[in-house]
Amino acid sequence: MCEGNEGSKAAEKAVEGYEAVIGLEVHVELATRTKIFCGCSTAFGGRPNAHTCPVCTGMPGALPVLNRKVLEYAVAVGLAANCTITRFSRFDRKNYFYPDNPQSYQISQLYLPICRDGYIEIELERELPSGGESDSAEETFPAEKSWNSAQKRIRIHEIHMEEDAGKLTHDEQGGCTLVDYNRAGVPLIEIVTQPDMGSAREVVAFLEKLRLIIRYLGAGDCRLQEGSMRVDVNLSVRPRGAREMGTRTEMKNLGSFHGIEMAIESERNRQTAILESGGAVIQETRRWDEEKGISHPMRSKEEARDYRYFPEPDLVPVVIGEDYLERIRAAQPEMAWEKRQRFLEEYPIPEYDIRIITASRRMSDIFEAAVVLGSPPKKVSNWLMGETLRLLKEKGQDSEEIRFSPENLAKLIALVENRVISTTVAKEVFAVLFEEDMDPVEYVEKNELKTAGNQVILRRVAEEVIASNHKSAEDYRGGKDRALGYLVGQVMKALKGKADPVQVKEQLKELL
Amino acid sequence: MDLLSLSAVELGKAIREGSTTAVEATEAVLARIEAVEDRFHCYVTVDRAGALDKARIVQRKIEEGQLNGPLAGVPMAVKDNLCTAGMRTTCGSRMLDAFVPGYTAEAVENLERAGAVLIGKTNMDEFAMGSTTETSFYGPTLNPCSPGHVPGGSSGGSAAAVAAGECFFALGSDTGGSIRQPASHCGVVGLKPTFGTVSRYGLVAYGSSLEQAGPLGRTVEDCAAVLEAMSGGETGQRRKDSTLVSREDMDFTSALRPEVKNLRIGIPRDYFGEGLDRRVKEAVLGAAEVFRKNGALVEEFDLGFTEYAVPAYYVIASAEASSNLGRFDGVKYGFRAEQARDLQQMYRQTRSRGFGTEVKRRILLGSFVLSAGYYDACYLKALRARAMIKTAFDRAFERYDCILGPVAPTAAPRVGEGLSDPVRMYLGDIYTVSANLAGLPGICVPCGTDGCGLPVGLQLVAACFQEKKLLRSAYAYECLKGAGKCPEEKNP
Repeated sequence: MCEGNEGSKAAEKAVEGYEAVIGLEVHVELATRTKIFCGCSTAFGGRPNAHTCPVCTGMPGALPVLNRKVLEYAVAVGLAANCTITRFSRFDRKNYFYPDNPQSYQISQLYLPICRDGYIEIELERELPSGGESDSAEETFPAEKSWNSAQKRIRIHEIHMEEDAGKLTHDEQGGCTLVDYNRAGVPLIEIVTQPDMGSAREVVAFLEKLRLIIRYLGAGDCRLQEGSMRVDVNLSVRPRGAREMGTRTEMKNLGSFHGIEMAIESERNRQTAILESGGAVIQETRRWDEEKGISHPMRSKEEARDYRYFPEPDLVPVVIGEDYLERIRAAQPEMAWEKRQRFLEEYPIPEYDIRIITASRRMSDIFEAAVVLGSPPKKVSNWLMGETLRLLKEKGQDSEEIRFSPENLAKLIALVENRVISTTVAKEVFAVLFEEDMDPVEYVEKNELKTAGNQVILRRVAEEVIASNHKSAEDYRGGKDRALGYLVGQVMKALKGKADPVQVKEQLKELL
Repeated sequence: MDLLSLSAVELGKAIREGSTTAVEATEAVLARIEAVEDRFHCYVTVDRAGALDKARIVQRKIEEGQLNGPLAGVPMAVKDNLCTAGMRTTCGSRMLDAFVPGYTAEAVENLERAGAVLIGKTNMDEFAMGSTTETSFYGPTLNPCSPGHVPGGSSGGSAAAVAAGECFFALGSDTGGSIRQPASHCGVVGLKPTFGTVSRYGLVAYGSSLEQAGPLGRTVEDCAAVLEAMSGGETGQRRKDSTLVSREDMDFTSALRPEVKNLRIGIPRDYFGEGLDRRVKEAVLGAAEVFRKNGALVEEFDLGFTEYAVPAYYVIASAEASSNLGRFDGVKYGFRAEQARDLQQMYRQTRSRGFGTEVKRRILLGSFVLSAGYYDACYLKALRARAMIKTAFDRAFERYDCILGPVAPTAAPRVGEGLSDPVRMYLGDIYTVSANLAGLPGICVPCGTDGCGLPVGLQLVAACFQEKKLLRSAYAYECLKGAGKCPEEKNP
């Protein structure tokens, strides 16, 4: 899949002599219920043009009205990214003709963007985890237990608000192109960084941190595959240690973290090869082809459009007062890294677990609530780290979408702790809990899943098993410990797993 | 009773009192249209059946007591750039020849809620770009006072319809004088409200930061009543126009008292120099005399920056127009050139054939002033001039309640006279565009004739949100002088 990554040894050596300078433009779809300038739903799917109105289809005379929630999210992200919030901000029109753009202009911010001059600290592991990567790299973390990390500050140039465009579908059979404006007017923020990154690893670390921030704020889900996070990579190379920047290119159409890494490597190699052979890099926009692992030029600087930006006369300036800012600031949640630090101090569970749990606001909340309800922290952590992550991955769900409540998880943990059900049964119950968030106590009762804690039943079954497995019983008595395991298995089988193996073992020993 | 001789407010009263009905009034207007429309061509669309249906519904509501406002049952005409659900809205352009919107402009909706009966849509310069109503795809409207002359523009159809008795009042839009100037040429009253008073939702945009819809009527009182009904958004509804200002003082009719004593009126010397027709000047200064004689303080002053108004206006309005009219690309609605080979050709052919010359001229001008390298030199400079003009007016309003001047340099030009020289046509907007650049309310009241029987209007401009002061001054003048009626109406 990634043949573009291959290169001769000579080329690799050449790469060594150059360094990449990378800046990003990241579009993030905001999680508002309605669009940025009208009351239409932002819901995914729906019949083409079902979520449209005169405003988001650019009908004559229709006018935009700013969705306040969009501003709130943009300011919240800006504050979390240490930006200066622009007190007098404004929208501008970016004019261009294309059928996905119903008004023939996109309402965006050029002259006075809502946030400026921030930074995000990223953490870099000193050593790269070895081993291959999978396509689901987005959801997994390197299985490294020791976090020998360094911090790096990536500066944010600006964050601005804008609207998304519609979607074109080319109908091959009908020989025509159809437009769906359901996405037109969906709110976006664009985060523009300074060229502060030097490698794919730093880029991914930055994007992961940015995603973490935005998800914690509930401002967006940031899924690359679904397009709710879109990344354009600006990259140039220069001889290692040089001061001046090289000519950069902009890479578009990057659909996954893996694709971003590949595209960066590919572009860095391409530019290096050009410079090595004495050529000059052309300033242009390129399109990444993930299938083939190569990029193609889209348009050069000479072909760049003149967008004829000017202040949007249909929207009043956005004036932000101290009160407003204070209100947003006060509503900012505890961020992942703050939570991690606190968990390290408050809970006796491994740092590795804490990292994973605090990477999700929902998981952190469940963890703390369950602990408050009396569950042992390590037990809660085990359920989250084990079954929860497994089921999320299996079902392709996001940790922020976890449906079960901490109350019910705490009840389940109590059932196991009190030996009312076995861990085997608990896993089955959890699978249902994961889907339906039902009361585990009632569920266990109703479905008769209680461990045969009733000593009478256990004793009777154990006696029966010993009687019908005479040889194994004799073997055990004769000193073959392994035989006991077999008998335990038989008892468990007879009780359909509704027993605690430890108790079964004890009972058998006693009888034998 | 000769219904057509009544003002809108008088008709509303007669309907409420039961001496006539909304249906009779509508029938009278339709009969008048039948009789004279061929001569003047005020309308692009007349909806006879729809108007009568609405009149019947409104009449029932009046009788049931559900409608009791001053305009309930009164027939109105609406400029064809204000969207009307189910009724085509052409903007006087081939581009929107077949465009039937699914929504109604908020200002029109407000009036319909007040019981006004929509008769049809009036002719206009294409996309409101013009001063003569000759750039319309549907042909020119002629001045009812003298059919060899234009009615002015761009709301020429609305002004002419009021003057010819083809409606009781009409709505226009004013981006650079498009209500006041045709009102002046047709001898009717026309009011451009403070920017942010009337919702622009559903007004097909030309120069967004400059324009407001407003009333044209036979009397100042009619205009006050219509403005009162059309202003603002619907209470409790989601705001549709961000630039709409919440105002508490929109009971405009309450301000109508014939008092001018101690009213401070400023006459800008800048407006009475070269280029102003002698007869127009005499008529306007004659009006100033009426104010003075009745106790107003009238004095001349230097306003300043007048020479920047027209260029600043054409740069800003064209810039906004070039962007606003981009949506007419043949993709979603309106005219589309068929048989284009690809997207670019479809765009080019659609816009080449769909738009007329004047519209294309302004789109090109606007695209130019916004393009890289010219933005600072043209557009930003125009914004600076706009700010300076606003400051000049702010200073003037520290001393005066109203500024008095002409509406246009001359009375209505002959048909075909204006279009040959666009720059000269643009310069004709010199007295009106400043109010749009500064967002100020302005009103045109008839104040005489040019000596050849063509009406001449007087313009009063007040500070932002001072419509009441403006209306009171205009009303007082009208009372003291006697409403200037159209010559044609005097001798039917």
